[in-house]
Amino acid sequence: MILKALRYGWLLAAFWSMLAGAAEPALQGTGDLGIIIERSAGRVAIVDTSRNAILGRVGNLGDLSHASAVFSRDQRYAYLFGRDGGLSKVDLLRKVVEKRIVQSGNSIGGAISQNGRLIAVANYKPGGLKIFAADSLDLLADLPAAYGDGKRSKVVGIADLPGQRFIYSLFDADQIWIADLSDLKAPRVEKFPDIGRAPYDGLVTPDGRYYLAGLFGEDGIAMLDTWQPQAGVQRILANYGRGEQPLPVYKMPHLRGWAVAGHQVYLPAIGRHEVLVADTVNWRETARIPVRGQPVFVIARPDGRQVWVNFAFPNNGFVQIIDTLTRQVIHTLEPGKAVLHLEFTPRGEAVWVSARDDNKVLIYDTARFAKIAELSLENPSGIFFTARAQRIGF
Amino acid sequence: MAFLKRTDTGGMPVYLMLMHIKIALTASLLSISGLPALAEQPTATPSPERTRELIHLVRQDCGSCHGLTLRGGLGPALLPENLRNQSPTGLKYTILLGRPGTAMPPWQPFLNEAEAEWIVGQLLNGFPEESP
Ligand code: HEC
Repeated sequence: MILKALRYGWLLAAFWSMLAGAAEPALQGTGDLGIIIERSAGRVAIVDTSRNAILGRVGNLGDLSHASAVFSRDQRYAYLFGRDGGLSKVDLLRKVVEKRIVQSGNSIGGAISQNGRLIAVANYKPGGLKIFAADSLDLLADLPAAYGDGKRSKVVGIADLPGQRFIYSLFDADQIWIADLSDLKAPRVEKFPDIGRAPYDGLVTPDGRYYLAGLFGEDGIAMLDTWQPQAGVQRILANYGRGEQPLPVYKMPHLRGWAVAGHQVYLPAIGRHEVLVADTVNWRETARIPVRGQPVFVIARPDGRQVWVNFAFPNNGFVQIIDTLTRQVIHTLEPGKAVLHLEFTPRGEAVWVSARDDNKVLIYDTARFAKIAELSLENPSGIFFTARAQRIGF
Repeated sequence: MAFLKRTDTGGMPVYLMLMHIKIALTASLLSISGLPALAEQPTATPSPERTRELIHLVRQDCGSCHGLTLRGGLGPALLPENLRNQSPTGLKYTILLGRPGTAMPPWQPFLNEAEAEWIVGQLLNGFPEESP
């Protein structure tokens, strides 16, 4: 009798714990998660960088060519900026679109404020900046990029600055603007004109101090010390082309995703197959490194010991690795067709590389340059890991 | 890039003439050097395989500036309603030679005249989607 009851008791207990297990999802952190854009499918894959796995997919996100993302500071939500002006808030844990709005005709990217409460979207059409509440995606402020007689410029190169501020460039107006949203009822915009022709993207240094805008219309980079804005915009790396005929550029380089290693910043040249290196103390050019093609992304491994570079069409099958001690290319990889982006794991032991035309993402060990894993995705482009949530300028 | 100048107004006729001269020159240079001549007589539609490649190129690589849906990005929209009022020949040379002073690069290293013409034709009719 007792024996029998014991036996059934066991069964019951086992049954009970099964039920309980089904009702409560396994607890999970989000610090090792991320998203990968599947650009043609209008979908993102949610990935886990500890297990090198795809956890699920979230779709119906519109035109994701050139899409980018920022993360909430709790690293649970991704805010996705689509080309079609879509702004989507994706829950990485429940794997659903929590909210989606179409806030303009054509947008290029966005940023999240220092306190995590504001999302800023940089728009091409109509040109300007829009500010949304991070929780509800309600519109809080609209700041048209108006210049001249009623013209509006495309906005590029947006980054967050300490103090609920955003810094960005006006592609058509040759200006840098800083929007201060510390008082939402009275946003203030500070404008820096004549920074150089056609700024195409920008970055802030990891400390949030210096803003660099790459110029498409001339050789050089516009630099603003945001700790001393009264000193105005300075031109650095001027005349890096030295008057030579530039090579055609089949894809615009990206500056976002800084490559500051030690006190050197690594930047793509425009119309040259070179990576430029400048000293972040005196802003002088310290080296130019010949590379395989027009650099697109020039990204430092988080420890700054290596800089990885991908390239524009038609050299977009290569990735090169620069050693930051010798400032030389030490390795060349051919991960696949049309390498669009790369992203390091939070401390850089691995890097994920998207090969759009091979429909895969490759994961490399950054110490040995050996492939660790490969994932199948449809036309993957941007890769964004939640560690970005904790970095200024991401 | 000191050569870059903003050309807001375009000055189309002179510009087109210059482009013709440049393309003719390039074509003859190419044939002298024994490479396949660029300005081959425009042929009919490209082969099915090349057609697929061209659709992919336009959607993906032109798409990086003009948008995957060709509704515009850094470069203008390339939908029929945006292009209808322009000369197809002008558009063809825009593709082959780019527009100096803007971000539009020359595609003649990768496209011959017939292919550029085919692309313009497709753009004017609504560009085909990529078949998976
Ligand atoms: C690096 C960016 C970039 C890429 C890549 C690019 N374009 Fe452009 N394109 C532009 C820009 C910028 C303009 C506008 C030039 C101007 O201001 O006149 C333009 C203009 C054009 C125009 C003229 C449109 C008009 O309304 O006048 C056509 C046609 C065109 N591009 C086709 C293409 C095709 C086809 C491809 C791919 C084979 C391509 N573009 C790739 C940037 C680009």
